[in-house]
Formats: sequence, structure tokens, C-alpha cells
Amino acid sequence: MATKKKPETERRSTARLSRPRVVVTAAASSLGRVLCRRLHRSFDVVAVDTRPFPDRPKDVEHAEVDLRRKAAQTLIKKRRPDLVVHLGPWHDERPARAAATLETTATLLQLTEEIGSKKLVVLSSASLYGPSPTSASFLTEDAPLLGGQRSRVVADAIAVDMMVQSFFWKAPATETVILRPVHVVGAHLNNLASRFLRQRRVPTLLGFDPMMQLVHEEDVVDAVVTALQPGKRGVFNVVGPTQAPLSRILEARRAQVLPLPGFLLARALVRARALRLTKLDESELVHLKYSCLVDGARAAADLGFLARRSLQQTLVDVG
Amino acid sequence: MVGLFARVKDVIGGLVDPHLSARIDALPRGNLNEFGVDPFGFDPETIKLIAPVLMLLKERYFRVETHGAHNIPGDGRFLLIGNHSGQLPFDAAMVGTTVLADAPRPRLVRGMVERWSADLPFVSELFVRSGQIVGDPTSCARLLNAEEAVMVFPEGAKGINKLFARRYQLGDFGHGFMRLALQTRSPIVPFAVIGAEEQAPAVADIRPLARLLGLPAAPLIFPQFLPLPLPTRYRIWFGEPMEFKGAADDDDEVVAGHVKKVKNTVQRMIEHGLKRRTSVFF
Repeated sequence: MATKKKPETERRSTARLSRPRVVVTAAASSLGRVLCRRLHRSFDVVAVDTRPFPDRPKDVEHAEVDLRRKAAQTLIKKRRPDLVVHLGPWHDERPARAAATLETTATLLQLTEEIGSKKLVVLSSASLYGPSPTSASFLTEDAPLLGGQRSRVVADAIAVDMMVQSFFWKAPATETVILRPVHVVGAHLNNLASRFLRQRRVPTLLGFDPMMQLVHEEDVVDAVVTALQPGKRGVFNVVGPTQAPLSRILEARRAQVLPLPGFLLARALVRARALRLTKLDESELVHLKYSCLVDGARAAADLGFLARRSLQQTLVDVG
Repeated sequence: MVGLFARVKDVIGGLVDPHLSARIDALPRGNLNEFGVDPFGFDPETIKLIAPVLMLLKERYFRVETHGAHNIPGDGRFLLIGNHSGQLPFDAAMVGTTVLADAPRPRLVRGMVERWSADLPFVSELFVRSGQIVGDPTSCARLLNAEEAVMVFPEGAKGINKLFARRYQLGDFGHGFMRLALQTRSPIVPFAVIGAEEQAPAVADIRPLARLLGLPAAPLIFPQFLPLPLPTRYRIWFGEPMEFKGAADDDDEVVAGHVKKVKNTVQRMIEHGLKRRTSVFF
């Protein structure tokens, strides 16, 4: 008789054998896969992505659904995750779909609030601060996000970041963490920064050699795992141990550098885009011109996160 | 390409005076990472590439005469505050070179450069590698907290572009440097540069042209018409370090009082330097 009247929370915890359940969005993106492979060791992972995720660990449940649809929402309500990890549009790797990205995030935030999940970790990006003549000054988390002035993709990512920032006060019961990693690179990643570094001949802007910050994929996963711990909340930049000029990074990669004048490189990119040889936008060239250095001190102090892989090691591991 | 660059580097490196080369090697290197640069991208080896030109300007062209170099702290943070003049910032380059070459212990001066310089190919790269950074209070505070020496011209662009008729009269000093000094508890070393005002005498400022070109000023320079400097003789005076106590967010009136003290000191040093000068060119 007593068992019938057990409170809801107690029933849930006994059923799950004390392994917290985590939902990961954009889980079939290259970073999402790396993340799921790590998280499934200590969590019950529900991977949500419309793309297939064939090589997932056996105990990872993959819901091949669109978060905006009823089926996905019903599934998440049914699973009642304790923790939610949302890979922002910056890490999604699909062609930018502004409306979809914003709608997905809004739906997810609503669900998180409804279910009463304890934690929400959103992976944003330090590129949102935007490289500019004055952005070499180790920007803190309080710096304005100005990267959207040049690129629509960044503007959408900023909108998502802001949406999550408002969630801090909207749902104070949920511990919300926004992580803004610098360029994430790694052997398993298929993002722009990793692809750029893997090239044998690398185009650069003649006369410009910005300082670059990179962070290893495993370090970002470490940061997410740290952020999932109870009691952690806030916005944090995630950086590697050091930074270096682009030329020296490419030297360490033994890449052949092709310095091109800015106008030529921009034109080549526009032409290549017209011929559908690339999806790159010429606004991305700004990363090859100005430094965008961010300060990771808050993550070290409040989150207890310090990247463990050196920049040299990170460059070797890009593959 | 890399081999050729390394060879050019060696040839230029060979031109550096061994004494100066030793001083560059003696610069603090604790901040450098495994890629040979500090967090902002400064590489001491780059100084060796530009040192021959800087030393040529200092020793042969401007024939810099240094006074009070013993006032430059051998270690720890400090702010260098002085007058700005001469249309092009040769004064900044000469103060930096003098501190590197003549101070009791070699120090690298981190100058604040204009933000548009980050758009100039090669120049932006050279500035960053040689330790100059785009003027920004956050960067300054970070450098001072890392025990570096930072040079600020509180007059800003208005100082360097002043007309010949207003030579050696200090313009308004901004309060930013004082709040920075209070925030980071850094001593202020005042300096005065005598001789830079006469290197490019501006008789008029053509404002519409400046607006058209997007420049802070378009000076009409006589007699050489371009802001390239005349070979005047530089006299650089360094004053005793000044310490101020207070909070960085003190009221404007309080900070203005401190700023006035520094400005008066620099003005007195300029007047003293002018009195002692016997000739503009010799």
C-alpha cells in the first residue's frame, strides 16, 4: 500500500539505479558523437538528432526526431531527463537554418522548464564576440557579442546564446551553463577550424598573422562534464592552455602557407561559392585578419576547468 | 620560402650591435610560451629585426640625448606618461628604443597603437610581434598586472597633430591612465621629449581633407610638405617615478587632481629641457 503512494521523485530514482539521464541535441554532429561517447560512461544518454547515428555506443538511445515536432516532445517528456546538453548552431554542422535553430532552442528551453530538469548546458562559441581590431584584449564573458555584424550565421548563434541567457532568470530552478569554447579542433571533428588545419596547403591573408586560440575536442567534453556537476551555473569561456600566431601554428602543422592578398582571397571565395565548391562565406576571412582572444579565467576559478592538452598536442591530434 | 626568411633574419640579426643584442636577450622571458610568444603575440626575436633601423634613427638621425635614465625602474610594472608630438609617432619609437638601450636594466615598453593600425597589412603584424598593442584599458591592465612597462600619451591623437604655433604646450590629459595606475597600483614615470615638435612643423590643419580621408588630421607641413621628419636632435628626459593612492573609481574631481600633478610635472620637465637646449638640430 505504501509503495503505491511513493512520491514521484523517489520512484524515478529507484527505477534508474542512480544513473542520471541526459538528453544531447545535435548528437549526430561530429562533436555530438564525441560527447555522447564520453557521457554514456556515467549517464543514461538520449541522443536527439534527425541525422542517423549508426556508430553510437549500444546503451545510447537515439531518437531520430526533430525537436520541433510533437513526437520528439512527447519522447522527451516521457524520458524526463535530469540534465540537458544543447549543442548550439555553431556546432551543428548543417547548413544554417535560422528559423529552425531558434525554434529548436525555444522548444528545448520550454521542455526543460516543463520537465524541471536540474541542469541545462549549452555549447555556444567564443567566435560570437567577433574578431575585430580591439578583440585581442582577452575578452571576458561580459564582453558584448559583436560577431553578428558581418555574418548571418553568427547572428543566429548570438540569438540562441541570448535566448539561453534570458533562461537564467526565467527558470532559476534549472542550473544553466553557457560554454563559449574557442575554435574546437580534433581528429573526430568535421568543423571549419579542423578542416582548415588539416589542409596541406593553407591560404592565409598576406600581411596578417592573428593570434589564435584552439581547444582540444576532449577538453571541451571535459568542460561539459564539469559543467554538468551540481552547483555550477553561469557563462564561461573555454580556452586551451596557450595561444599562438597562425603562422606558427601552421609551421607546427608543417603546412604549406599560401599568403594571398585579402581582396583576391575574398573574390576567390565568392567565385568558389557561386560554383558550389565551398559553403564558406567571405565573412569568415575576418578570423584570418584579426585576433579574437578570450579569457578563460572564470572557467578556471568558478567551474574548476583547466584544459589538459597543450596546444602542441592539440595540433598533433587534429590528424 | 621559410629558408630564405631564416637567412634574411640571420643577416639582419648580424647587424644588431652585440651590446643591444645582449640586452634584448636579457628581457624578461617568463611570459613566453612554447611557440616563443607572450599572450599578446610579442616575440623578443622580432625586436632584433627592427633594432638596426631603430638604432640608426636613435644614434645617427635624431642623435637622442638621454637624461634621467636611472629613474626607469629595473623591474616591476610602471606607466610611462609624456608629451606627444611630431605628426608621426617617432617620439614613441625613440622613447621605447631609449628605454631598451639606455635604462639601467633593459625593459620593453609596450606602446598603445591606434585601432586602425590593425587593418594595415604587415604593419599590424610587426606591431604585435614587437610588443605594441591596440590601445585598450583591459589590455593595459593585463600587461601591468604581468609586471610590464606601458607607455601612454594622455593627449592622444590631438597631441601628435598639434600645430607648430602650439609647440611644447600640453593638450588636455585624459583620465584613463590615472584610473589604470590606481587600479593596478602602478608607479608613473613622467617623461618629456624635446625636439620632436620641430621634426614636422604643421602650419595648418586641413580639416575637410582629413574628414574626406577619414584621418584624425591633415596637417600642412612646412618646409618639407610630408610628415617625414627633419633631423632635429631629440632630448628625452625621464622624471622620478610618481606614486598615487586611491581607488580607480574615485570621483572625477579627485582623479583630475592627480592628473593635473602629472601634467604639471611633464610641463615643468619640458620647460626645463627647452631652457637647457642650445640648438634644435645640434
